[in-house]
Formats: sequence, C-alpha cells, structure tokens
Amino acid sequence: MDVRRGQRTVIDPKVRQVGFVPAGATRPPARSHSVPTDACSSSPPAPELPLSGSSLSPVMIPPPRHSSADGLPSLSRSAASPVPIPASPLRRDTVQIPIGSYNPSESVLGSSPMISPSSRLDAVSEFSDEVPTSAWLGRSGSGKFASSFPSSSGEMMTMKITGGGSGGGGNTPKSSLTTASVVKALPGVSEKDRGALIEVQNEGISKPQKQKTSKAERRAIQEAQRAAKAAAKEAGEAVKPSASSGGALPASKQGKVVKPSSQKKDGPQVTAPVVPSEKKVGDRIPDKDRKKDVPHPRMQFDDKHRVEKAKRRAVVNQSEARNRVELFRHLPQYIHGTQLPDLESKFFQLDPMHPSVYKVGLQYLSGVISGGNARCIAMLLAFQEAIKDYSTPPEKALVRDLTAKISSYVSFLIECRPLSISMGNAIKFLKNRIAKLPHTLSESEAKSSLQSDIDRFINEKIVIADKVIVGHAVTKIRDGDILLTYGSSSVVEMILLYAHELGKQFRVVLVDSRPKLEGQALLHRLVAKGLNCTYTHINAISYVMQEVTRVFLGASSVLSNGTVYSRVGTACVAMVANAFQIPVLICCEAYKFHERVQLDSICSNELGDPDVISKVAGRNDLNHLESWADNENLQLLNLIYDATPSDYVSMIITDYGMIPPTSVPVIVREYRREHLWI
Amino acid sequence: MMDFQVVVLAGGTAKKLAPLVSKEVPKALLPVANRPVLSYVLELLESSNLKDLIVVVEGEDAALRVGGWISGAYVDRLHVEVAAVPEDVGTAGALRAVAHHLTANDVLIVSGDLVSDVPPGAVAATHRRHGAVVTTLLCYAPVSGPSDTGSSAGKDKVKKSRYNIVGLDPTRQLLLHIAAGAEVEKDIRVQKNILRAVGQLEIRADLMDAHMYAFKRTVLQDVLDQKDTFHSIRQDVLPYLVRTQLRSEISANGLHKVEDNANGRVSSQNYVTWMSQHREIAPSAYQELLALSPRSPENALRTHKCCAYIASKSKYCARLNSIQAFSDINRDVVGEASHLSGYSFSSQNNIIHPSAELGSKTTVGPQCMLAEGSQMGDKCSVKRSIIGRHCRIGSNVKIVNSVVMNHVTIEDGCLVQGSVICSNVHLQERVVLKDCQISPM
Repeated sequence: MDVRRGQRTVIDPKVRQVGFVPAGATRPPARSHSVPTDACSSSPPAPELPLSGSSLSPVMIPPPRHSSADGLPSLSRSAASPVPIPASPLRRDTVQIPIGSYNPSESVLGSSPMISPSSRLDAVSEFSDEVPTSAWLGRSGSGKFASSFPSSSGEMMTMKITGGGSGGGGNTPKSSLTTASVVKALPGVSEKDRGALIEVQNEGISKPQKQKTSKAERRAIQEAQRAAKAAAKEAGEAVKPSASSGGALPASKQGKVVKPSSQKKDGPQVTAPVVPSEKKVGDRIPDKDRKKDVPHPRMQFDDKHRVEKAKRRAVVNQSEARNRVELFRHLPQYIHGTQLPDLESKFFQLDPMHPSVYKVGLQYLSGVISGGNARCIAMLLAFQEAIKDYSTPPEKALVRDLTAKISSYVSFLIECRPLSISMGNAIKFLKNRIAKLPHTLSESEAKSSLQSDIDRFINEKIVIADKVIVGHAVTKIRDGDILLTYGSSSVVEMILLYAHELGKQFRVVLVDSRPKLEGQALLHRLVAKGLNCTYTHINAISYVMQEVTRVFLGASSVLSNGTVYSRVGTACVAMVANAFQIPVLICCEAYKFHERVQLDSICSNELGDPDVISKVAGRNDLNHLESWADNENLQLLNLIYDATPSDYVSMIITDYGMIPPTSVPVIVREYRREHLWI
Repeated sequence: MMDFQVVVLAGGTAKKLAPLVSKEVPKALLPVANRPVLSYVLELLESSNLKDLIVVVEGEDAALRVGGWISGAYVDRLHVEVAAVPEDVGTAGALRAVAHHLTANDVLIVSGDLVSDVPPGAVAATHRRHGAVVTTLLCYAPVSGPSDTGSSAGKDKVKKSRYNIVGLDPTRQLLLHIAAGAEVEKDIRVQKNILRAVGQLEIRADLMDAHMYAFKRTVLQDVLDQKDTFHSIRQDVLPYLVRTQLRSEISANGLHKVEDNANGRVSSQNYVTWMSQHREIAPSAYQELLALSPRSPENALRTHKCCAYIASKSKYCARLNSIQAFSDINRDVVGEASHLSGYSFSSQNNIIHPSAELGSKTTVGPQCMLAEGSQMGDKCSVKRSIIGRHCRIGSNVKIVNSVVMNHVTIEDGCLVQGSVICSNVHLQERVVLKDCQISPM
C-alpha cells in the first residue's frame, strides 16, 4: 500500500473534479481521471502564502476552540501549526521546510491531509454556499422536534403511571405475604452500603476528573513540547540532509518503526503515549472547554502498568490473549468466550449499572448488536432509559452526578467492546447537553429535556440523515448500472432498496468476506426484495470489478483527512475500484465524522476474535490451526477495521450533500459549531 | 436489583416424596447434607446478591414451618416474604396467587428444590440480552453414578421424567420446542413455521429443565390471567409460550406496551422498525422470518422469543423431586459436588463434627458426613452416607449409601444399605434394610 502511495499522484486529484455536487445535479462522479492529473500537477504553482495561511485552517483539524475563537490565540496557533509538519518528515523527505511557513509543494506530493490549495479554496467557497441552507434546514428541523417533544413526553409519562397502577394496584390480594426474615439491621446496613456506594461514586467522580485535568495539562505540555521537538528535528534534518533518501525508504520506515511514528505523527491525535514525567504545570489552560475538547489519550495496551491499573477498575473480567501480533499490541485483545459468561454470571452483582445499559453491553459483547448505527442507537436508547430512571442523590448536583454516571456506563460499554467513533461523538453530544443544562431546570424537566435531546439526536443525525443520504445517493444510480457493495452497510442497503423501489434497473454485486459473512444477510434481504444480485467473496474482487460501474460503501467513520475508517476489506475494494477507474462512493452520516487524522489502520483499530479466522464453519477437517495459541511462533490477526486513504474515494455522500473527501474537515468544523454544540 | 424480582416456589408436602416428607417436614425442609434443601437455593440467590425474595409455600402449616426456619436461619441476611397458597394449586396457581406482588420488569422463578451452582445471573442476563419472554435454565442431568438402589424399571421411569425433549436453534440460544420426556412416547410434533424460521432444529434429549425461569412479568401475568386452566409452569405455561412464539396472542399487547415504553416517543415506531430492519436482535436466521414477514411493526411484534440458557457440564444441577433424586443429591453434595455443601472436608474427604463420638475400630469412609452430637459404637462402618444430628448408633452397624436423618436410634448389628431413615426412627437390633425408606409414621 505504501509503495503505491509514492506513485499515486496520478490519481490523486480526481476528487476535486467531483467537487461539491448539489443534490439535484447529476454530474457523473469523475469517470475522467486522466484529465485532472494535469490540472492538478499544474495547479499548485507556488501559490501565494497568505492564501495558504487562510486556507490552512480547514485542513488543520484544529480542536474546535481554535476555529471558534475569533482571533487565533497565539498558543493555539503554536500548538496547531506543527500538525502537518511532524507528519511530513516521516512520510516524505522533502523536509527542508522551516516551521510555520506553509510549503505548498509539500501539499501536492503530500499524502492524505494535504490538498492542493486551489481546490481547497474551491471546496471552501462552495461549501460556504452550501452550509447556510443546510444549517438552516437542520435548525428548523430541530426546532420542530424540540417543540414536539415535551408534549409527547408528558403523554408518555402519564401512560407509564397508569401502567404502573394497573400492574401494582391489584386491590384483591389473593395471598398475603408474611415477612419471614427481614434484614434486621436494615438502616445500619443500608447506611453502610450507601456509604460504600457514595464512596465508590466519589471515587468514580473524582478519579476521572483528576485524571482529566492531568491529561489536559499533559496534553498541553506535550503539544508544546512536540512543537519544540519537531522544530528541533526540522532544523536538524535540514542541516544534515543525509537522513533523507529515496522514496521507497520512508514507506518501509514507516511500516517498521511504528513506535516513533505513532509518537510524532499526530497533532490532535490520541495515540501518543503519555509520559508521566512531563507533569510540571507549565502553560496550563484553565479553560473548561479545553478539557472537554481534548480527546482522551487512548489506552495503550502494551503499557503493562496502565493495563494492570485498568484491569483493577474493570467490571468485565478480561484475560488477555497471548500470542498477540507485535504491531497491534497496543490494542486490547482478550480471550474471547471468557468475558460473556463471566459478565452474565455477575448479572446481579453490578449494582450501579442500569439494566438497560447492562443489556446493551451484553449485546455488544455477544455481537448481537453490530453495525455503527445500530450500536449507537442502542446505546443512546439505553442512556435514555437510564436517565429516565435517574434521580439525583441528595447533596449532589444533577449535572455532575449524571455526567459521572454516564461516564461509568460508557466505561462499562468500552469494556464490552471498544466504542466506535460515532458512539464517541454521540456521547460527547450527550455530555455536552448535560453540562449545558440550565441550572433553573428542575430535575424532571432536566431529565425530559435530555431524553428529548437524545431522541432528537437519533432522529436528526441518524434516521433523517440516512433518508437524506439515500435521496442523494439515488441520483447517482442510473439505469443499467452495476453497483458493487462490500459487507453489510445499513445505508447502502436502504439506498439499493430505494433505488429499486423507484424502478431503476440495476444489478448489485455483493462482495463479502470471511469470517463474519455479514453480506449474506444483506444478500438475503435484497434478493427477497427482488433485486438482481451477484454474490462473491473478496478474493474475486479483481475479476468482478471489471463489469462494475459504481461502488457504494459504508463507513464506520470518516476522519478529517478524508480517510475512511471502515470494515476491514473496504480499503481493498476501494483500491481495486480505483485501479479500474470506477468511482467509489462512501455513504456515511455526518455524525460519524471525526476530527482525528489517521494515516494507517495500525494505531487505532479493533481486534476481533482470532479463533474465528482459524476455524471454518462446517469444515471440521480444516483444523490445521487448532491449537495455535500454544504455538509461540504463530500469531493470528483478525482486524475489524481498516483505513482507506482519501485518494481512493471519489465522493462521500453525507447528510450535508455529496462532498469530496477533502471537505470533511469543513463539515467537521461547521457541524460542530452549528449543530452539535447548540 | 436490575429490575428483577425473585419468586422461590418451595412446594408443600409433595406426595411423590411420600414417606420422607410429612406435616413436620415439608419438602422445602428435607435435609440435604443436614441442611434443608431450600437453603441451597436461598444461598445461591444470596451469593448473586438477590436478597429480596418471595417464597411461596403450599399449605398454611408448611408455610409457617418454612417461614419459621427462614427467619431463624437468615435473619439479617435476606429479606424474605413467605406466601402461603392452598395445596394442589400447582406452580402456575402459586404464581397467580402472588402475581399482584410482582412489579419488576422481569421475574425470576426458581424452584425451591433446586440444588445447583449455576449462577442465576447468567439466566437473567441471557433473558435480558435477547429481550426474551421466557428464558429457562437447561442443564445436563447429573451423571448419577452407578447407584445400587432401585430396580432397573424404576430407574428408567425416573430417567424419562427427568429429561426433557428440547428443540434448539443452531446457536443453542432459542428454545423452539420443549416437552417432558415422559410425555413423549412415539413422536414429536414440531411446528412447521418454527422449523422454517430457524432452518435447522436441534433436538436433544440429554437436557433437563432445571426449573429456573426468567419471565417477562407482563407476559407471565397475561398468560396466567387468560389461561386459568394452566396448572403448572413447566407443563403448561412454558410449552404454551414456546408453541406460540411465532404467533403470539397474549404478548402482542404486552410486548407492544413495553416496546413503547422503551422507546418512548412519537418516533418510537420509527426506531422500532429501523432497529428490526437492522437486526437489533439476530443471533441467527431466526430473524430472517421477521424480515420476510410483511414489514408492519404489528406483525413483527406478534412474535416473541423463548430462550434457553444451557449450563455448562461442569456445573452441578439437580432437582430434589423424587426419592431417587433425594439419595442421589445427598450423595453428590458430600461427594462430587462437595463445594455446594458449604462444609470443609477433612483430609479423609469426609465431615465428622467434633462433637460426634466414634467407638473403637469404627471407620467412617470418604464422602460421609457425621453431624454433631451423634454417637457410634464399636466396629461400625459408614460408607458414602450421611448421618444426622444426635443419632445413636450401636456397635457392629454397617451403613452404606444411605441417609440417616436426625435423632435416629440404630441398635447393634444393623445393616442399612441404600436407604433413607427419617428422623426419630428407632431401629432395633440386627435389622437389615436394603433400598427402604423408613419414617416414623
């Protein structure tokens, strides 16, 4: 993959040609690849620096506070400016750039986050045309919902009450209960219990907060230090250019030397291991928002100390798998099959967990619920239930206590299965809503407001968003098309079904892969609806791709450098499609966008059960890998996700329209400010 | 507690256990390793942090006795409410009588004669995970060792009634068919639509219904209200629910209500269809039927799920519902399932209370239990037996594979083999007992 990257400037710019196509427009998404090549390679003729400066911001993925602040504070600039630079020395060796100044030539050669300035400008201007309308639409929608919710919630509550009355109030007791044994020292015991519980909760509250602040500090320090380090390195490398060599080397370097790269690669990325020694309180930012915006450093599972610590806190008993692949040691991997029975048997012991949250956790763990949207909806509905049953303990503030509760639920869910990015966004939204609750609200009002917020989120960001996406995507399906999809994406399914309902004549090629074979269920449903389908496995991708005219793919997340983070295999499909010059359309709701930048699928991924790939269902004779865990020389790798570089993506269909992958940061920024954070 | 309520059905004076149970000793108080059998269930629940229990006992007298014992033994530990129901109302009737006390979302119903170490949480969690209407605990019937008792014909019968014919889906999570082993003589009838829904049905005869059920409360109450002829949970309610899982009549409104509650709003319908469209709950092809059926939510909700939790083979699980089972369980609890008894075993793998007195040349073998205050004369031999409190046993007595309850007097030279001797029995000299049950009445 990396080897290809060196040569792929050829295909790079076609994205821009697709541009920002409005919903109605039926411009074919860039069948012409050769044309833009020249356009691009000629387009960045050493552009004016001021322009690059101004257009830097959409690419930079600054944490929102930067973009929202009117004038960029000096610190945020200094923190943000090194972002593209640390990435460059590793990836390219065109390093002789002084810090701070933006070199456009780099952006041409440069990989994913770099966009040729002209196109970027295009995107921005086009986008600014687009945004107000969509913003307006979204807002009007939200207003409507908000107004409709309170009444319905009232209705629901009354219904609940009557239900309870009929259930509990049987006035003719057929048999009375005689209390045989009461816990005698009830008050004492319960008090003790409560004391313990409060203590626990206190711990729960205070600990994360403490951690948070320290993390925030550390982040600030780290960013500053990283900037300094990068500067030093730049300078050093500029002095001795011996470090830079051929084009193939950096690729291999990047592949092998993961550790340093993961440290340096990222600006606002999260994978950087926290260095505890850098703890002095330097330029700490007291701003509260900052704390919230700073992403949590992801747990590094090769850090034994912290893993031990986390284990002690964990609810789910996790025994770590042996024989882990070296590159992926920082990701959690547990022996599958041990967690579920353990968690199930502890069902009644977990007092503070709300039943509905517990249920969702179990469903994640057992794989009953999978798929980004379904998981997110299930989680939000569980939180909604939990909020409904929530009552503020005495002498506590709802805002704080509920936030702590939600955090504890979230950490439980993470133990069951790592969160997807979309879920992270939803949680952020919910926590933000809790934090922003007006203090004048009573508890019940606050609760119903939060519940309606959750409903609104599900409705607007997922259900309606899907409808909009379907509407957009259908315009890209023409009669006689042969559409290829991979795996089982809910949105793509809706698109195909809707297009079929509209009477479009097309055929579907469904590509699937072991071990989950999720596509089969989709195939079943599509065929049942009368669609004409071809089913194949990903091994045959290069053959089936020949006849395909369009590729529709779902995504777990789209990152702000346009990288599509999706089910493993997606990158392969996209690359093959690209090689055959077939447009790749990614269908993804905007709530799944994330400001993170990711260049590979190593630093952040999820590991599945390795046993699944060692066994073949129904073929007991294929047991060559039977006792693989005992063989130290063998490691199995079952990745769940992969990252598709934006170059292979022609277009992202989202609820704000059809955008090139380069416009993702704009969406991330605007979406944040305009919708999510109201 | 996780929105679960627990009902323990402790039974009354079961006729099946005729000589063993009596007015003084209802079934729930039958001793297993010198502890009432009910204590095993209560402690299992207690260890799962389930401390608010409703114990239903048949018969006022029995209820008084059980209540008295519980209040003595579990004061400060459990919050137990005892309800007395008339005799012979059956398990369904017993539940009907306490139905109005049930308020939680789900109800865990445990038989009081269960001796097991399967965590009830596992059943409850499976129930929750699938959003099932009923989840039942199935376990591999205990491997009873070569028992020296009982004629082969009798054993056969026991075996048949103990096992169930169970139909499961390929993932072994959905319960598709259940029938008591004794009922099945010639053929099993399986509904076509269920078969079509799952594609593959696995029928097993090595599983036993352990009488631990998690029910959705609304559904349970609906069934009990509507079908007032139902007598037993195991024989009526459960098969009924399993039978009707694809054309559910009762649960249609009940489920609907619940779903509405869960999702709350005007748009709830929207989510429900959305979620069902995306297989919120699809462990297998089972859901395909939902997807194929006309896509109205009414229709989709007309089905309900019956699930099974299959305990692993390493877990012990037995029900004290026959005399054979009584001796088996007593033997197992001091034998292979000794962790259940709660006693610490000596190095000889037996339990001899310090206050017990042994004569010279008396041997107590492994897997035996000798409770407090019992005295044994010289040259006695005890093998694989349980001897209760304050028994007086003379010299030259052999006790093999037997259960001797409290305050029993056995005079010199007796031979007791494979028998159960109830409390206060007096055996005179040189009695030879084989496969007998002796009670003072």
